[in-house]
Amino acid sequence: MNNLETGSTLAPRDAVMLAAGALDANRRRTALIVLATAIGVAAVVLLASLGEGAQRFVSGQFEALGTNLLVVMPGRNETTGGPPPVLGTTPRDLTIDDAYALAAWRDIEAIAPVMVGNAPVSVASGLEREVNVLGSTASMQSLRHLEMVQGRFLPESDPERGAAICVIGSELRQELFGSAPAVGRWLRVADRRFRVIGVLRDTGMSIGTDFDDLVIIPVASAQMLFDRESLFRIITSVRPGGDLAAASAAVHDIIAQRHEGEDDVTVITQDSVVETLGRIVGTITLGVAGISAISLAVAGILIMNVMLVAVTQRRAEIGLLKALGARTADVRGLFMLEAVMLACGGALLGLGVGLGAAFAVGQLYPSFPVATPRWAMLTAAGVAVVTGLVFGVVPARRAAALDPVDALTRR
Amino acid sequence: MARDGDAGSAAMIRLAGITRTFHLGDSVVNAVDDVDLDIGAGEYISIMGPSGSGKSTLLNLIALLDRPSAGTYRFEGREVVGLDDDALAAIRRESIGFVFQSFHLIPRLTAAANVELPLTLSGVAPAARHARVADMLAAMHLADRAGHRPAELSGGQRQRVAIARAMITAPRLLLADEPTGNLDSHSGTQVVELLEALRREQGVTLIVVTHDADLGRRAQRRIRLVDGRIDADVSD
Repeated sequence: MNNLETGSTLAPRDAVMLAAGALDANRRRTALIVLATAIGVAAVVLLASLGEGAQRFVSGQFEALGTNLLVVMPGRNETTGGPPPVLGTTPRDLTIDDAYALAAWRDIEAIAPVMVGNAPVSVASGLEREVNVLGSTASMQSLRHLEMVQGRFLPESDPERGAAICVIGSELRQELFGSAPAVGRWLRVADRRFRVIGVLRDTGMSIGTDFDDLVIIPVASAQMLFDRESLFRIITSVRPGGDLAAASAAVHDIIAQRHEGEDDVTVITQDSVVETLGRIVGTITLGVAGISAISLAVAGILIMNVMLVAVTQRRAEIGLLKALGARTADVRGLFMLEAVMLACGGALLGLGVGLGAAFAVGQLYPSFPVATPRWAMLTAAGVAVVTGLVFGVVPARRAAALDPVDALTRR
Repeated sequence: MARDGDAGSAAMIRLAGITRTFHLGDSVVNAVDDVDLDIGAGEYISIMGPSGSGKSTLLNLIALLDRPSAGTYRFEGREVVGLDDDALAAIRRESIGFVFQSFHLIPRLTAAANVELPLTLSGVAPAARHARVADMLAAMHLADRAGHRPAELSGGQRQRVAIARAMITAPRLLLADEPTGNLDSHSGTQVVELLEALRREQGVTLIVVTHDADLGRRAQRRIRLVDGRIDADVSD
């Protein structure tokens, strides 16, 4: 009888060695395929990292403001988050009195009525352009964590009194006054003159408001300037430890009382805004990562093509393996292994490159919280390997189906 | 080392009515046509005949590389015609060694790795494989060539590597298809003497297909094929 010591079929370890040997024998081909797969994986990982970073950046911005803010907007919106309907209901205006009525609730710490608009701003030198104008009160400073580089913010005063003073953003200051001191100077907003009493610290964008390029004036002044009573928003903060939901309900009650039983405002908590924005950014991330995953499919087709060529080129070798007693499954397994090893190599390299690139972005832009989500790594690598498997099936089956005599003799 | 005097009852190979039909376009060719053949264990047989007489086809059928279109084939007492691919592969792995005219060594593998391949396919553990390969290469006077790739070997050396590969699993049947066809006469003689020594010393059944008359005459039993039929079957 035969005296073969053990087993009767190809051991997995040996199969890996044989497949690796075949890949090693054709290094350029192997390198190109690994590269193609790696690019796809790296793209998915990097884009997902940037998307996750964007998501964290957005929530970071909101959390910096404190999650204890309630924003009251005129108009009723059935869902939380999102702006009130543009058409349809005609909500009652929010007034400064409404805003101060809210301050009476026990858990409300501070309130700031907000008006927005834009108006041409000019200085004596004749420079003029459209600038965002924000009307508010002294409490705006603490609610939005605004810091001053020069002068001071709007003073505590009767909100109904429209003083002719303003605070300007740093960019606007530079544009209007250059290197000359700004505090104490006058500027013209539409047809009114305002004295500059302070300049905001350079903060960049903060949730859609560019605090570097705007003029803040007392809310009553803004009402006069825009000839309008209704507020754009009321920003309120809830006392630390206060109940956000209860405060929100109280806001609705108070406004309803003041609006003849009509609860016609929308109250947004930071949480819901963060959640909504996070959902949007997340969807975009997923979409972009999905698009880059298409390149993985392309890599898969490349793998299939290369493996099909390999089957043709290595007919004699396949025939020999069969003549030497390799089972159909062994031959199929060897070719599948090659395809999967190519894909795995690409996945590993791609993960490395993608993570490296994400790290580099994080180093270059420290304020941008780049983070690679685990799902992106798993998905990218998983899709790459599955692609290798799927596109390896056809070549492997073809190899396994070769007739040994044919494969050995036909050239 | 069983050399059965009575090849009839203890035949290693028993072909009956074996036919192999090829369809070439519209024409149908019986490359092997109704062949009956019994081969006993330990025999030394040459198969000769003109080109296209079906020598290689018959050898491939005996090697279980090909399936007959008709007829029955008992290999070591077991009917093999109906077996599936993997069962045939198992018999090839364990019982049959094959030497090809063009060597069919895998270019990227060293001589040792080529010889090792059948053991690898059989799932033999690496340590045991390496020991056996080293012994086999030494027996073939190829110990100093173990690390060379086929391209670095002469034709005779390549064929000796191929014979080492065929013999590494200690098969009971060794088939050689024109083993000297790509070799000069000196290397060819060496290879033939090696095959004969293996048969003599290990009792392996040796079947050589050739159209080299000198080589053919060396066998104790000489079969001549013409048009797929056995034209002559002469024993010493």
